[in-house]
Amino acid sequence: MNIALMLIFFTTVQGFAQVRTVKIEALTSLLNNDVDSIYVMNFWATWCKPCIEELPFFEEAHVTFADKNVKVILVSLDSPSELDRVLLPFIKKKNITSEILLLDESNPNSWIDKIEKQWTGSLPATIIQDNRTKKRLFFEQQLEKEQLFTTIQSLLE
Amino acid sequence: MKSMMMALLLFCAVHAFSAEGLKIGDDAVDFSLKNIDGSMISLANYSNDKGIVVIFTCNHCPFSKAYEDRIIDLHNTYSKKGYPVLAINPNDPISVPEDSFDNMKERAKEKGFTFKYVIDETQSIAKHYGATRTPHVYLLKKQSGNTFKIAYIGAIDDNHSDASSVKERYLSNAIESLIAEKAPMPETTKAIGCSIKWKK
Repeated sequence: MNIALMLIFFTTVQGFAQVRTVKIEALTSLLNNDVDSIYVMNFWATWCKPCIEELPFFEEAHVTFADKNVKVILVSLDSPSELDRVLLPFIKKKNITSEILLLDESNPNSWIDKIEKQWTGSLPATIIQDNRTKKRLFFEQQLEKEQLFTTIQSLLE
Repeated sequence: MKSMMMALLLFCAVHAFSAEGLKIGDDAVDFSLKNIDGSMISLANYSNDKGIVVIFTCNHCPFSKAYEDRIIDLHNTYSKKGYPVLAINPNDPISVPEDSFDNMKERAKEKGFTFKYVIDETQSIAKHYGATRTPHVYLLKKQSGNTFKIAYIGAIDDNHSDASSVKERYLSNAIESLIAEKAPMPETTKAIGCSIKWKK
């Protein structure tokens, strides 16, 4: 617990995350690469209330599982034109430390299936994938902390 | 016990939203939903039309807002051709007060909605249809005997943020196909939207 608190403090003083603007291929290559990581890829936006409500749990998971090869990636679906006006101030205000990618794609019909065929397109949505086994769990819903943590834990066991 | 609970939790998560819902070619489920003018709307209201452009949408969602003007235009263009818009708000107003019935009336007045804007109070119609987000379109085509079939499910077009940059007008194209007695192509599309706010 103390270590977790120290980590939170450490990452806080380290400053908030930067944002990288990416195309869909950057996301699919993360999910398809051979690195021995567990990817927690959360699709969200600053205007999405349930997304904002679950965001702290992803931040907590990022800190808690940092030494377990779990990579938390927050994929923002905010408009790229609002990066400076909306997204960056939000990240600063919330002190988000997980990696943030801003997806710069205009037609969701062309890329949603490349990420996950089950996904109908509502936000939030989360993929939790063990890249060692390619076992993937997909959630098109708001997650509670316990659900997120037990799912990650189950892949670690 | 704990692992059983977890298995159950995972099972629900994976299966809850791969939920059934209506597919292309299915019969449209009838409904009785309250319009902003107080009248009750069902499939019988559309006996003189060729189809219905059902759009699950709401007041608060930025994607729904972005499409308001385009939905007004769709209704103005296609109600004359027998395909009026029916907007259904499926959200729980306790989760999102902006989507209350009174606020629906307010928004319709501000924007001058000329189409029917009804509330799915029990959320059963959104569940039956399999709607998951706003906006989420179900294009219905009339059959003989005043029943309707699902002809297209999905997005309005391919660019929510900028109407002037739209390249693919999926919904308009689907309606035009029905008018020309053809099957829409594609019959289903996907879009990003706000999750429907289900009652807790």
